[in-house]
Amino acid sequence: MSALAAAARYTAPLGLMDALQVTILVLVAAGATGVVLVRDPARQVIALSVYGVLLAVLFLAFQAPDVTLSELTVGAVVLPILLVLTLAKVRRREE
Amino acid sequence: MTPAVRRWVFLAGVAGLAAFYLWGLTGLPRFGSYPGPYGDVINRIAVAQTNATGVVSAINFEYRGFDTIGEEFILFAAAIGTATVLRHLRGERERAARDEAMDRTVPPASEAVRMVSLLLVGPTVLVGWYLASHAQTSPSGGFQGGVVLATGFILIYLAGEFLVFKRISPVDVTDAVGAVGAGGFAAVGVTAVAMGLPYLFNFLPLGSTPGAVSSSGTIALISFLVGIEVAAAFVLIVSELLEQTLLFRQESR
Repeated sequence: MSALAAAARYTAPLGLMDALQVTILVLVAAGATGVVLVRDPARQVIALSVYGVLLAVLFLAFQAPDVTLSELTVGAVVLPILLVLTLAKVRRREE
Repeated sequence: MTPAVRRWVFLAGVAGLAAFYLWGLTGLPRFGSYPGPYGDVINRIAVAQTNATGVVSAINFEYRGFDTIGEEFILFAAAIGTATVLRHLRGERERAARDEAMDRTVPPASEAVRMVSLLLVGPTVLVGWYLASHAQTSPSGGFQGGVVLATGFILIYLAGEFLVFKRISPVDVTDAVGAVGAGGFAAVGVTAVAMGLPYLFNFLPLGSTPGAVSSSGTIALISFLVGIEVAAAFVLIVSELLEQTLLFRQESR
């Protein structure tokens, strides 16, 4: 099964992978810009989480599944959680 | 300096930077080209040498194991640092944070969030455990597995069970687990030295089948140790931050 999948990957038209890689590069650039443009910190954390998912897909498209797993867990889950907790703490002090 | 002059200085700087940048871009190697022999050599010999089919793990925990132990202790130091900065000071007393705006009702976690979080705890812990213990066979590893394991704990908090979260991850237990993970990694290296081998040498039997879970010697062992260290470090950091958010500390008078 995995040999079959590997064979299928290598016989796929070369342009398809290129198109995927270019698409995800553009999406990551757009996502990063989006994170910067969102000004409200709470919304920014959500945007950052989405950006983490995009970055994970980027690493997958460039054949680095190990890095995909790290980015998915740290960039899309743990970092937003730490930021949300910090925001909650800071806002409580402000009130 | 007037704004106009300042703008011209800025534009000149940008033009210079752009020129150098474009010049640099024209000299880059082609996309995807790889000049060095090191990766090709590793690709050819790694599976035969280590019996690990997850070659990235073989590099992380064997060929470049010394780098990884440094990274491991970066995370360890960061977690300890967080716990130290956010520690309970003598003379501080804490109470549950209460909403200062008395007319506002704080909505509890919705039933849907609680339900989904609790349902996901089991699968998340399973996936984390799998990732941490299968670095030698497939793309995964202790770091990824450890973070996923820690997410399982965070889900329990999301389900609205902060007290359960605190009970199953008391600071001294997470500290101890983290220390066993980090110290175990170093101990594996020292054991090799004690046997008269180079530091972090793969001294365990490699098994006969490449890609079997029981194969690859110290690679599987180190990955698992990294997994529990990373899980403990992240649970420690998150629980310290949660305590900061949910409890209110003040100087006792």
